[in-house]
Amino acid sequence: MIKRVLFRNRLLPYLLILPEVLIVFVFFYWPSAKALFWSFTLEPPFGGVAQWVGLDNFRELFSSPEYYESAGITLIFAFWTTLISMGLALLLAIFVDRVLRGLVVYRTVLMWPYAVAAPAAAVAFQFIFQPGVGFFAFLNDIWPGIWDPNIVGADAMAMVIVAASWKSITYNFIFFLAGLQAIPRTFVEAAALDGAGPTRRFVTIVFPLLSPTFFFLLVINVTDSFTEGFGIINVMTQGGPGGATNILVYKIYQDGFVGLDLSGSSAQSVVLMALVVALTFVQFKWIERRIHYAE
Amino acid sequence: MERKTLTAAAVLGLLVVGLAMPVEAKTRINLWYGLKGYLGKQVVRVCERFNAAQNEYEIVCTGKGNYDQALQAGIAAYRAKKHPHILQGVETATATLMLSGAIYPAYRLMADAGYDVDWSDYIGSIMSYYASSDGKLYSFPFNSSTPVMYYNIDMYEKAGIEGPAETWEQFEENLRSLKASGTACPIAFSTYLWVHLEQFSYMHGEPISTRNNGFDGLDAELVFNRTSYVKHVERLKRWYDEKLGSYAKELFGVGTRESFATGKCGHYFGSIASHGTVLKSAKMKWNVAPLPHNEGVTPNNTVVGGASFWILQGFDEAEYKGVAAFFDFIRSVESQEFWSTVTGYVPTTRSGYDALVAKGFYKQEQYAGREVAIESLARTPPTPLSRGLRLGYFRQIKKIIGDELEQMLAGKKTAQEALDNAVKRGNEQLRRFEKQYKGQSLP
Repeated sequence: MIKRVLFRNRLLPYLLILPEVLIVFVFFYWPSAKALFWSFTLEPPFGGVAQWVGLDNFRELFSSPEYYESAGITLIFAFWTTLISMGLALLLAIFVDRVLRGLVVYRTVLMWPYAVAAPAAAVAFQFIFQPGVGFFAFLNDIWPGIWDPNIVGADAMAMVIVAASWKSITYNFIFFLAGLQAIPRTFVEAAALDGAGPTRRFVTIVFPLLSPTFFFLLVINVTDSFTEGFGIINVMTQGGPGGATNILVYKIYQDGFVGLDLSGSSAQSVVLMALVVALTFVQFKWIERRIHYAE
Repeated sequence: MERKTLTAAAVLGLLVVGLAMPVEAKTRINLWYGLKGYLGKQVVRVCERFNAAQNEYEIVCTGKGNYDQALQAGIAAYRAKKHPHILQGVETATATLMLSGAIYPAYRLMADAGYDVDWSDYIGSIMSYYASSDGKLYSFPFNSSTPVMYYNIDMYEKAGIEGPAETWEQFEENLRSLKASGTACPIAFSTYLWVHLEQFSYMHGEPISTRNNGFDGLDAELVFNRTSYVKHVERLKRWYDEKLGSYAKELFGVGTRESFATGKCGHYFGSIASHGTVLKSAKMKWNVAPLPHNEGVTPNNTVVGGASFWILQGFDEAEYKGVAAFFDFIRSVESQEFWSTVTGYVPTTRSGYDALVAKGFYKQEQYAGREVAIESLARTPPTPLSRGLRLGYFRQIKKIIGDELEQMLAGKKTAQEALDNAVKRGNEQLRRFEKQYKGQSLP
């Protein structure tokens, strides 16, 4: 049964929702509207009169090979971080789900990395991956020059993907574990009695029942990797070497805040927002169809 | 009744204000700076010295992170009308600040406040960077430095090298000799554009862009892909390929300076402002020398880098009087001496420099070598191609060139291809800047 609260006072519900609406307005709608406006103008950094330039900013953006490169890099980054963080989180959650003793300890310990701020995690990983003195220096001792994220773009990319995945594994883990524990034992046990092995049980029973969680995490992870890679990249590579880790959201920051091209970076924000909305839409349209929501 | 109460309150209020007057009399001036760590603390000491030297004004100096962050903070504050009187601006933002409409030119401030400043006391090549094309100062040079070559004398002795190279050709030979003598890291280097593009071009009298490096107009176009800079970039690539040094990015914790100061690498190119920092940690014999130049070239002066103080619009005359008093203080011989001694930045005035020379400052062991910077700044009078740069969005352009050069080092592009693309992308930025400030021209 759905619980229904009835408000006698007509004004009260609106008043109750007002703080939330105000916050969303101030931190989302207002800045978004401003960015949308700026993307059609040339806004001087110190303020003053903005010139209306129509679609010029977008035209310049779409004629720049570097922009497409940055978009491609973003897709690679998003794909691998989502894959690694969700894959490993699921694996860890399955292991922990089967643990009988010390469950609380595992659960707590595995949650910690989520509490680490992205820049702090990035500093730690930077030390690990440092080609000269870091943990990875031993690779260069064996094969000189094999690991050099200072210059080699692929190395730098691998480094930020690992750091970003590590950050979000825990978040995914919590959800997967909760999802797994919500699956009635009787289903799994019945399948086991019928002679289904662990893999079979997972594929035919556990995973379908877990799919709402999976879908939720997929949407969150993809969206996050488009926007949240910033903290890691700002500390570890600043988009380098040679632009190899210059994901869209970092480019927005670089062009807008460091380079002071407010309008160019607003146009990029608008495109990025459209892209994320489109991706989320695609996920709901095509992937959600296959999801079974339990009643 | 009511009126009586109001009158009483007003009288009381006036009394309170009257009593508070002597305490509140000091006019407060705000300054935001973009230096961190040791250097940031020294800025605060300069401010404290100003506060101690007079009773009328109180300057409050606040650190806002690094140069980029200080500028961002200043811009955000200006847009919200909560800005400081004085903002430290990095040299690459000069064009943006000059055209911002938000600044009060330094020369006008001093004239309005009734100071008769002898502008010729400022060292020419420092002054020209922050002055309009007719020679009027727009912002006050504060922390000014120029790059030099730091070298490890112990390693030189081991390799039998007599002294620092004057030419790049000789320098490269020295790197090879060092390598041959068993030095694992003859140089810690990066693509450091301030040294390898900017100073290199100034010294060789070659343009970075048309229109006299942008001083003559916003329609300047980059041309460094057609100068001997291309050969110089190929040289950097050789150092990387022949493993003559380690490519050290600040980002990875161990930058070029640390690599040198710890005695790991034999050379590095860096600001004279680091002299004090290297001195503190270096355990080997070392010294500094002017930047090398190509064979067969008589080098020009080098140009300053660092930051200057910009005065922002929107305050009243009384407060600007305090701002002017502060600038009058920092250009005084005493303050110039203090700042240069504690940091390693060069004095910005001739009188400051002369006072240091007269005191025998550069002869003292711990400061020996710092004169190299001022000598290379004053080597020749600035020519139209060695006054500095005035290019819009130069912070972005530097980022673009750096990216392209890293792609070259990674072997994805030749030097020529990388620089051609850097020029193409850089010019797009310049055109964008020109469009942004349509109808305006640089002062």
